[in-house]
Amino acid sequence: MIEVVVADRCIGCDVCIDVCPTDVFERGPGGVPVIQRQGSCQTCYLCEAYCPTDALFVAAPVEPLEPGAPQTDPAHLIATGLLGSYRAALGWGNGRTPTARHALMPPLPTS
Amino acid sequence: MSSRRSLDGPDPTPPRRARRRQPGPDHVLQADVLVAGGGPAGTWAAIAAARSGAAVVLVDKGRCGTSGATAAAGTGVWYVEPDPVARERAMASREALGGYLADRRWMARVLDETYARVGDLAEPPRYPFPVDETGRQRRTGLQGPDYMRRQRIRVQRLGVRILDHSPLLELLVDGDGAVVGGRGVDRRSGEEYEVRAGAVVLATGGCAFQSKTLGCDVDTGDGALLAVEVGAQLSGMEFSNAYAIAPSFTSVTKTAYYSFGTFYRSDGSVLEGARSQGGRSVIARALLQEPVLCRLDKADEATQRAIRLDQPNFLLPFDRQGINPFTDLFPITLVLEGTVRGTGGVRVLDDDCSAGVPGLYVAGDTATRELICGGFTGGGSHNAAWAISSGSWAGRAAAVHGVRHAPAGRPPGRPAGAAGLRPGGSSGLDARAVVAAVQAEVMPYEKNYLRHGSRLTPALAALDAVWAEVRGHLRGDGADRFRAREAAAMAGHARWMYTAALARTESRGMHKRLDHPAADPRQHHRLTVSGLDAIHVQPENDRPSARSVAPDAAGQVTDAVA
Repeated sequence: MIEVVVADRCIGCDVCIDVCPTDVFERGPGGVPVIQRQGSCQTCYLCEAYCPTDALFVAAPVEPLEPGAPQTDPAHLIATGLLGSYRAALGWGNGRTPTARHALMPPLPTS
Repeated sequence: MSSRRSLDGPDPTPPRRARRRQPGPDHVLQADVLVAGGGPAGTWAAIAAARSGAAVVLVDKGRCGTSGATAAAGTGVWYVEPDPVARERAMASREALGGYLADRRWMARVLDETYARVGDLAEPPRYPFPVDETGRQRRTGLQGPDYMRRQRIRVQRLGVRILDHSPLLELLVDGDGAVVGGRGVDRRSGEEYEVRAGAVVLATGGCAFQSKTLGCDVDTGDGALLAVEVGAQLSGMEFSNAYAIAPSFTSVTKTAYYSFGTFYRSDGSVLEGARSQGGRSVIARALLQEPVLCRLDKADEATQRAIRLDQPNFLLPFDRQGINPFTDLFPITLVLEGTVRGTGGVRVLDDDCSAGVPGLYVAGDTATRELICGGFTGGGSHNAAWAISSGSWAGRAAAVHGVRHAPAGRPPGRPAGAAGLRPGGSSGLDARAVVAAVQAEVMPYEKNYLRHGSRLTPALAALDAVWAEVRGHLRGDGADRFRAREAAAMAGHARWMYTAALARTESRGMHKRLDHPAADPRQHHRLTVSGLDAIHVQPENDRPSARSVAPDAAGQVTDAVA
């Protein structure tokens, strides 16, 4: 589920508010989006993929993390390289090559 | 009915969650074609309709480009070179799995159409197809985020008007029962819109019952409900029990990669007979007793690298939880995919994907995929090919019909929606409670996967009771009106599924009955389901037999189509 909006990375572009297919975000104070309806999050990771400044983090569980869990802390997410890791894996962003260019389904085992 | 505000100019931003209680829509638009759904099928329909010269409005419950099963994932595509030997092999490969309910003529035309349309993707805004070692583009797979991002651009460049975050709530019909548009709501403002159109394409996806399978929360079977309300039939609804493998408590399903896995009991012993294909029911049975663990230990290093590139989000849940799936054991679960991956949906009456009601066309997971898959999911690649082909055909046909029946100068249609919108009695039923009650009947493996008449019968009775409550008392307010409608659609979907599942007293395709374990040659036909309160089920091209639900005491139950 969506867990973190890193306010000091956010440029207030509203892209996450627009692209979220389940309408999780609202525009908050100063233009920084807030996670208004976390329970609606379907853990599709697409807000993260579209965020141009890697300011969002979606944790793997489909239920909210415990308050104070490490992955709710931006410093932890930056230190571990998790913040922005999906966008990088997709090859989205300036200077990157879309990973789709290299997406070749591996042959599945026959037995 | 009059338009209070034209949408021809730029709209002022409405206050969020504003509510109006005046009757009639806040906004009225006109178009030749209304497309509901902005996933693969809906975007291909919009593209085809616009290219055919129609004015098109596309509405999406979420957001065209990120909504639905494909946008969040990666998919194979049933893309086969036009070589007779390769095509024959492709068509023959899954006929037995599908219980011989597919149709070779439809397979051939889907292969032709898919080949041509995927070729279109190589044009700007070019999809970044991978190139294989011989230097040729490999067009047998698509990354959802890249594919759907470009589909939105292609739709926009053709001048299609897109309404995001604007679920369609109901269809409009004229005095002859023809579909002449639809009404929906803007989730953000709560304002209602009406699109008067000459034709409608329903491409709202299948129904995964909000099981948290990847990207499918919007796939609540809305299209099937809207279609049945105006008199369309469904087909293949018994083939609705697809379950996908996912790491426990996460959303990313990619069952194909679990071919590289070995499955273990919680004591570390190998779970004999468990496989991603042809042994998934063993996993379901074990999960009823204890946790099941997996390790993708058949993937060598080259395969591991290929997986990381082939679908980048497959490894996200592992990377984020500190699990190496190739060396560590991790717990798995099976997540219901319903008719998103199952093949049931609105019955297709003609080559143009007409739903048998004038002005109504269906595409993608909303339409039955039995025509090319029979009773077994063809995997993602058939689903993608079906979305591309059926969307393109439906869009073209809707353009022809819609231009001929353009709404200008015609009286507005009558809203056809009932369940979840216009209850017979007092409102007050909670949509979330309805969804939970439906999920309790369709998600458990012992009910839907390991099917047995002794469990399906009481499950259907429970769902009938839910439906009667829905008809009597379910209605949402403002922007949340679509939540009530979703709940009604899921309740209807579940009843159509189990009615067909009980009628098919044999095992065929993905529909396996423990009490009827063999295929019965006398049941080698498709089953058609129709009706809302009274559900009719019959072999295709046969006379109906009815079962009916007593309406809730407080509710005056009336079918939308009398």
